[in-house]
Amino acid sequence: MNRRAFLTAGVSVGLAGPAMAAGAGEACAPMRGTGDLGLIIERATGSVLIVDVGAHKTLSRIEGLGDLSHATAVFGPSERYAYVFGRDGGLTKVDMLACRIEKRVIQAGNAIGGAISDDGALIVASNYTPGGIKVFDANDLGELASVPAIGANGKPSKTVGLVDLPGRRFAYALYDADEIWIADFSAGMSPALTKFTNVGRLPYDANVTSDARHYLAGLFGEDGFAHVDLWADKPEVTRVVSGYNAGREKLPIYKMPHLEGWGQSGSTLVLPAAGQHEVLLLNLETMREEARIPAHSQPVFCVARPDGREVWINFAHPHNNTVQVLDVFTRKIVHTFQPGPAVLHLEFTPRGHEVWISVRDADRIDIYDVRTRTKKAEIAGVKPSGIFFTARAHRLGA
Amino acid sequence: MARRLEIALAVGIVSLMAAGASQAGDRAAELTALVREDCGSCHGMTLKGGLGAPLLPADLAEKDASSLAAIILDGVPGTPMPPWRGLVSEADARWIAEHLKQGFPQ
Repeated sequence: MNRRAFLTAGVSVGLAGPAMAAGAGEACAPMRGTGDLGLIIERATGSVLIVDVGAHKTLSRIEGLGDLSHATAVFGPSERYAYVFGRDGGLTKVDMLACRIEKRVIQAGNAIGGAISDDGALIVASNYTPGGIKVFDANDLGELASVPAIGANGKPSKTVGLVDLPGRRFAYALYDADEIWIADFSAGMSPALTKFTNVGRLPYDANVTSDARHYLAGLFGEDGFAHVDLWADKPEVTRVVSGYNAGREKLPIYKMPHLEGWGQSGSTLVLPAAGQHEVLLLNLETMREEARIPAHSQPVFCVARPDGREVWINFAHPHNNTVQVLDVFTRKIVHTFQPGPAVLHLEFTPRGHEVWISVRDADRIDIYDVRTRTKKAEIAGVKPSGIFFTARAHRLGA
Repeated sequence: MARRLEIALAVGIVSLMAAGASQAGDRAAELTALVREDCGSCHGMTLKGGLGAPLLPADLAEKDASSLAAIILDGVPGTPMPPWRGLVSEADARWIAEHLKQGFPQ
């Protein structure tokens, strides 16, 4: 099917609802589970694809989600509803079974991402303009709280690195104020805020380990990470993996590294360096740097295969046609390949038999067999970026 | 298609005027994609800003094209704005700067 026909089919679904034929000319089945569904962002056209992961098929294209550059998605606990956070401040609740938009609000002028509470009740958006976080009811997207991010410097800040923590809590970093905040909504919609100041210059992104223990914010204004041990009675911020640029020229970064989906392998965390063509291995038991592994270029995503043995890495412009595979056990790059122009994101199937790779400038998503590292299928997508499988509903962190 | 041709023509004229360089329409398309897609990863695909500053004409009214071209080529130390020299030529940077000020092509 050519693209025009495909687009037209997608539109008809959006208008007419789930009973109509879906994007690929097939019904979006009314009776099915959602555990092998995925949502893929088409950043330039404000649309998303609902995909059947097992069948390697697009079920529907849903349009009208606004500016989806740098968009991200989280899933409710039933794995039926996706919440898509757009650049333009749009928050869209997508019904993955009916293949339609359930509800959409414009909640800010400029946004960066979001998270969902452990009980699935609260959707939280992280915003650039105005900075801060906002909390929404997961059912109807009604606004429940707005927490501005005014740092100790008195200035409003962009918020980055928002993650959920157990007990209706959320952690995030203040890019313009060098702070990390934890907002606790367990007692109601006026959160108890814990603030850490002087965490390091320009925290650009953050994530939390799957045990909700280690929150790490990558720093852009210095070479290192701000670490908070959330299991401590009185958590405090320490710098870890500091000084990796010492004595070396900081190389230009044409795309900021991302910590979403980061590479956790047992007690080792694989992190992108900022300004070196390397990945950095952090030992989570000692919180010391274990190794620096030279890589193809400036890393963007370091994504662990679900079993943790391998971490697959993509890279910044102008070297973004390449993916490398790091064997964390032997600490060697064991495979380097070129999926195509502008590899933006990677997503493993929940148990890691496949990895889906968005190749933006080829307008396709490539599906690789992880064991043989060979391409087994592809699906078409217009400028695809983020790939999100519903199994994320049951994972902590971003 | 007509739009693409219009851009290509505009590019040809501007680059001849501004930089004296002969810049084919293909390069204009490449630069347009570069700005929207790759600059867009920080500045937003619509250029309304993100981690990086907004780059719409109203935001750039106080800045002249040469200083914008210099920022593109040499970056802004202490911020994430990297130097693009080596990836874009001076004529490219000038073309991008002038088109940002005018309202960047889609």
